[in-house]
Amino acid sequence: MTDKIDVTELKAKDFQSDQDVRWCPGCGDYSVLAQVQKVFPKLGVKKEDFVWIAGIGCSSRFPYYMDTYGMHGIHGRAPAIATGLKVAHPELSVWVSTGDGDLMSIGGNHFIHACRKNIDIKIILFNNQIYGLTKGQYSPTSEKGKVTKSSPFGSIDYPFNPTSLALGSEATFVARTLDRDTKHLQEMLRRAGEHKGTAFLEVYQNCVIFNDGAYTDYTDKETKPDTIVVLEQGEPLLFGKNFDKGIKIEGFNPVVVDLNDGVHSIDDLLVHDENDESPVRAFIYSHMTDHPNLPTPIGVFRQIRRQTYDEAVVEQIDAVTAKKGEGDLESLLFSGNTWEVE
Amino acid sequence: MAEEEKNGKVVEELNDVTVMFAGDSGDGMQLTGTQFSDTTAYLGNDLITLPDYPSEIRAPLGTLYGVSGFQLHFGSSNVFTPGDNPDVLVAMNPAALKVNVKNLKRQGIIICNSDAFDAKNLKLAKYEVNPLEDDSLSEFKVFPVPINSLVVSALKDCGLKPKDVARSKNFFALGLMYWLFNEPLEPTLEWVKQKFIKKEDIICGNEKALKSGYYYGENTQLFASRYKVAKAKLPKGTYKSISGNEATAIGLIAASKLSGLQLFLGSYPITPATDILHHLSKYKNFGVKTLQAEDEIAGITSAIGASFGGSLAITTTSGPGLALKTEATGLALMLELPLVIVNVQRGGPSTGLPTKTEQSDLLQAMYGRSGESPVAVVAATSPSDCFYMAIEASRLALKYMVPVILLTDGYIANGAEPWRIPHVNELEKIEVTQRTNPENFHPYDRDDNLARPWAVPGTPGLEHRIGGLEKDNISGAVSHDPENHDAMVRIRAQKIQNMQNIIPDLVVDGDQEGEVLVLGWGGTMGSIIEAVNDARKKGMKVSRAQLKYINPFPKNLGEVLSKFEKVIVPENNMGQLAKILRDQFLVPVIQFNKMRGLPLKTFEITEKIAEVLGGKND
Repeated sequence: MTDKIDVTELKAKDFQSDQDVRWCPGCGDYSVLAQVQKVFPKLGVKKEDFVWIAGIGCSSRFPYYMDTYGMHGIHGRAPAIATGLKVAHPELSVWVSTGDGDLMSIGGNHFIHACRKNIDIKIILFNNQIYGLTKGQYSPTSEKGKVTKSSPFGSIDYPFNPTSLALGSEATFVARTLDRDTKHLQEMLRRAGEHKGTAFLEVYQNCVIFNDGAYTDYTDKETKPDTIVVLEQGEPLLFGKNFDKGIKIEGFNPVVVDLNDGVHSIDDLLVHDENDESPVRAFIYSHMTDHPNLPTPIGVFRQIRRQTYDEAVVEQIDAVTAKKGEGDLESLLFSGNTWEVE
Repeated sequence: MAEEEKNGKVVEELNDVTVMFAGDSGDGMQLTGTQFSDTTAYLGNDLITLPDYPSEIRAPLGTLYGVSGFQLHFGSSNVFTPGDNPDVLVAMNPAALKVNVKNLKRQGIIICNSDAFDAKNLKLAKYEVNPLEDDSLSEFKVFPVPINSLVVSALKDCGLKPKDVARSKNFFALGLMYWLFNEPLEPTLEWVKQKFIKKEDIICGNEKALKSGYYYGENTQLFASRYKVAKAKLPKGTYKSISGNEATAIGLIAASKLSGLQLFLGSYPITPATDILHHLSKYKNFGVKTLQAEDEIAGITSAIGASFGGSLAITTTSGPGLALKTEATGLALMLELPLVIVNVQRGGPSTGLPTKTEQSDLLQAMYGRSGESPVAVVAATSPSDCFYMAIEASRLALKYMVPVILLTDGYIANGAEPWRIPHVNELEKIEVTQRTNPENFHPYDRDDNLARPWAVPGTPGLEHRIGGLEKDNISGAVSHDPENHDAMVRIRAQKIQNMQNIIPDLVVDGDQEGEVLVLGWGGTMGSIIEAVNDARKKGMKVSRAQLKYINPFPKNLGEVLSKFEKVIVPENNMGQLAKILRDQFLVPVIQFNKMRGLPLKTFEITEKIAEVLGGKND
């Protein structure tokens, strides 16, 4: 990503392409698109330096709707395409829009290796826990027992937990947000955009046609305070309508405590530190996901700074060039054991 | 021609010689062969090499399947093949003898390490009787040399462990071969010093082994004569020995310099293509970016990303890897981005023969994708030709905005030959235009060649989207329009055909019309040249041509085919080029096919020519 420059004249509408948006009415993807268009002008990146790369699926149509450079690639391969682009052209701000089938199933290998390499790309996972574009089969993030067209008696697969997978693959930025919580979504997009290294952002996104209501418990005003805990840097993990419940660590496990029980106080609670070098804390958050007795966390689970792959590529080239001098083709051709024929 | 030396030994002059070094896969036969080739080339002989090794890294000692060989054909005139049958076999153990003796010429020389012919090794090689002690080798000149024990006594003062002493025995054999062919030790001694800087004991061991091998030849009564091959009459210039994979790598760097574009390689290790990745990884000071990808698909898709980003993008692989790149190759041609895919062909299908050569990916390269999906296909004909074809593949990809598949094969990739090195100013520049003007910009606009503009991210005002969905011609918007799809399929095909305007015509060697044309493609060129030369020496009238451009074919190919009554197509496959020729030209070509994982044998092609000519020897 380029250094921040004066791009204050950019507006959300500068990022709207001339293509009609063709997602189903009510799809959560609209929200992500709108928030991205709002956040992009604030990132201090020149419009021509943004690139969106996608694979296949509903969310992978995203690049067509952004007036930036973009590529609609093939199924699952967006992280690898983005990796090549970023290595070749490190000044660009490279973003990947992807779905749970695209990233967690057919593209799983590219995802874990992008995280491992810490290539400076932003991966936005639109997780709707279903295959939408192929009309409703269970996905690698669908809950066990899900009845779909390809699992009429209930799926027998255990799902992936995408944040755990990202953490396990050494991603340096791991966050989660909700399509309905537009402010939080904007904030998470901004944070991902500003991170140097592989940024993984999971968006709980509702598919109105094939998996409607998958996240209602997390997005509904009535239930959300008890089912969601918002991670905030340096703050204890508090939730509930009156913020009177909290997360405490007992042994190795998180438990819910009632701050009105006369026993516990705010000092007993786990305090969020997204910059913790150890991934253990972030793994605790990822395992609170969809837990029957615990709230599901949203926010930045972890953000650490490590040299990125693209930085290391440039550094090596510079170091070798400083040592050997800039390569000269004529001397390369005539190097090694040569002999003359008269 | 023979002359006598001071010690009474006779020096015979030979026109050309084929030597085979064979031993266990850990015996250092590839190194021994390479050293012998380099010295021979340095002396001014023309040569071709054929490393032939198993796919196991260190197969169990003494076994037949663990035998690693290095064949080398050198001569005082042009040499085009590694030789059908060796004149000299160096066998480091019974298994190496057993595997290779059947190819040796009658009256050929066998130098074998007699110490290795013990009961255990004989059993492993499935010999019931020691072949050195019965008359089974009576048609050859056999020289048993107790190499193990000679090396142990020669190296006793170097302070090496017994294991390292044993590892030096290949240098004894090499020294003996240098004596036998009147070649100097200095180039190898110099190499040893450079290679093992600060490892005095290893340098001592290698030097002593090499020298004691040489003096063994000079001083024992075993050898009554030695040989000499005069310098070849090669065109004036500076030469070096080069393998096909190294030539491909350097050719790609040259293409990067000639086009002014950054070179990007996305690649996953696969035999026999990995050396290209190794070589390119060394040249960081040329700005080369190599990415060892997580799999074959990431190899090509990262290259597609780099190509979108304005680099000269390459992916390298072999047959099974090309199969994995199928879908992404289709994407690249749909995106209309330049991309060079190097396929070093090996024996297939599936894992097949990873370390052996074949030409059996031609149809895969031509047709192995979904939909109507033509890509350009070119082939290199020799190790050094890989340099020029890597540049040519890049030129075509960049000019026409298409994927180009460059086919080499395990034989020319690992084989080496002397190469007259070109100067940079002899190489044609590659013109590249990347669009910067936003006025009237349409992502799928067309130039005279039907190529679309290359607009690289980071360029203001040219923001646009490309993708695998069918695009409206000119505007580049997603389109499902029936007429547009029909037109786009034709445009993508026509772009490839348009290359005929710039690729060279097929050149026929010999009469331009007549009874028989031998038409090959790619890496069979050497075998075909020698076969045709032999046929001509025997009085046969035969012409020859070698295709390097297969999609599209050279413009004059149809005319050339029409000038001959019969066309023989020798291939290292079941007749893949023959199929394409029949399809495009309706000609009844005569196939000649072998699938042994080895280069075609010259004499077999000569026999085929004789058969087709009806035994007519004018």
